[in-house]
Amino acid sequence: MTTSLPIRVTVNGRVYERTVEPRLLLSDFLRHELELTGTHVGCEHGVCGACTILFDGAPVRSCLLFAVQAHGHELMTVEGLSSDPNHLHPLQQAFHEAHGLQCGFCTPGFLMTLLPFVQSHPDPTEEQIRLAISGNLCRCTGYENIVAAVKLAAAKLSGRPAAHLALTGHHAPSQGGGA
Amino acid sequence: MKPAPFAYYAPHTLEEATGLLADHGYEAKLLAGGQSLIPTMNFRLAQPAVLIDLNPVAELAYIRTDADGGLCIGAMTRQAQVEHSRLVAEAAPLLHEAMPLVAHPPIRNRGTIGGSLAHADPASELPAVLLTLGGRVQAQSRRGVRTIAADDLFVGIFTTSLEPDEILTEVQFPPVPPRSGFAVTEVARRHGDYALVGVAAWVVLAADGRCQQARLSFFGVGEGPVFAHRACALLQGQRPEPALIAEAAQVAATADVDPQSDIHASAAYRRHLVAVLGRRVLTTAFARAAGG
Repeated sequence: MTTSLPIRVTVNGRVYERTVEPRLLLSDFLRHELELTGTHVGCEHGVCGACTILFDGAPVRSCLLFAVQAHGHELMTVEGLSSDPNHLHPLQQAFHEAHGLQCGFCTPGFLMTLLPFVQSHPDPTEEQIRLAISGNLCRCTGYENIVAAVKLAAAKLSGRPAAHLALTGHHAPSQGGGA
Repeated sequence: MKPAPFAYYAPHTLEEATGLLADHGYEAKLLAGGQSLIPTMNFRLAQPAVLIDLNPVAELAYIRTDADGGLCIGAMTRQAQVEHSRLVAEAAPLLHEAMPLVAHPPIRNRGTIGGSLAHADPASELPAVLLTLGGRVQAQSRRGVRTIAADDLFVGIFTTSLEPDEILTEVQFPPVPPRSGFAVTEVARRHGDYALVGVAAWVVLAADGRCQQARLSFFGVGEGPVFAHRACALLQGQRPEPALIAEAAQVAATADVDPQSDIHASAAYRRHLVAVLGRRVLTTAFARAAGG
């Protein structure tokens, strides 16, 4: 029974059928078998959050699941946020505008952790945001601009004007044209 | 960093699962939420030959009250479901308050209440909550079903009194009597990390305002959750004045716990935290019991 098992998984709306070894981590299945390399692998023991995906709609660590456990389930990875390569999801757009990333390694995990959060929190407090991202590590930004990006994303998604948002320091988005 | 090979079984009923565990016993591991087991497998600290995945066993995920008003939670209920359950908030306020301290939201989406108890990490919250509330678990094997009190469940570091062929199936919390107050807190390096020291308290006041019962358990300071017998005895039958509460917390720090030093904190710092956090939770719990 250490032999490979057939699985059928829906990822970003598309059904995949593969045969996998039971020990194959879901994170490696997504990257190596499905070539969905947007899901990043950092620590591989559940600390960094870079590999976070949606499993039946809820954010989970894909490095702490075996691919066989995803059989019959519905997954969403960062590739599923926007079907148009020229058009970012509002959450991604907010990260871009508020400079919520530098190297970008942690970003897919942040986005997938935050997607259900911004959908269910139209006007989150800073404390709520910081608790929501408490399981995701970012070594570049110092988190300030990620928090600002979440506020901006929540405003975009709920149709509120974002002008009142105090984006931090030099990284505030330029208002048209500026460098 | 990949797990060693294993045979994988995904039973859909508890009967199938107990049968598989009876057949494979010592070489098998049960996979619940996997939020502790899979990291240890990724590091190859654990290399079980057989993995029995309980996730498809739907009958193990539920939250309900029993006839006495006690709370029964199926072992495979996700921590996030426990956290957001109104039934839990009403029937077991201490458990409700402890849930946000357990790791991070994505971990709680997957982690289970039964898995956390069976794993018995000495720094984890849920064993101390179960011990404080005087809860029990139900264990099932092909040989039958038995109930294990929290006092008898935790026997050492990552060790419970569950037999190799037994599955923890249900967690039971007794009903909450009137004039009860609860509180739980912890100190961790970062929110969601394992606690350096944590403590859970349940107190019951008598009609005259004296302490009818105090139950206090610490985590992160021993081989499992540590019940503060001496501190609780000191409070019994007394008026919960600030001086007495401080004295009880000090007794807990000096006589009830025997913390070790490690890379995270010294034993002396842990003792200090026991006294400070013990005083805080007792103060809060007594105030809540008094309706304040």
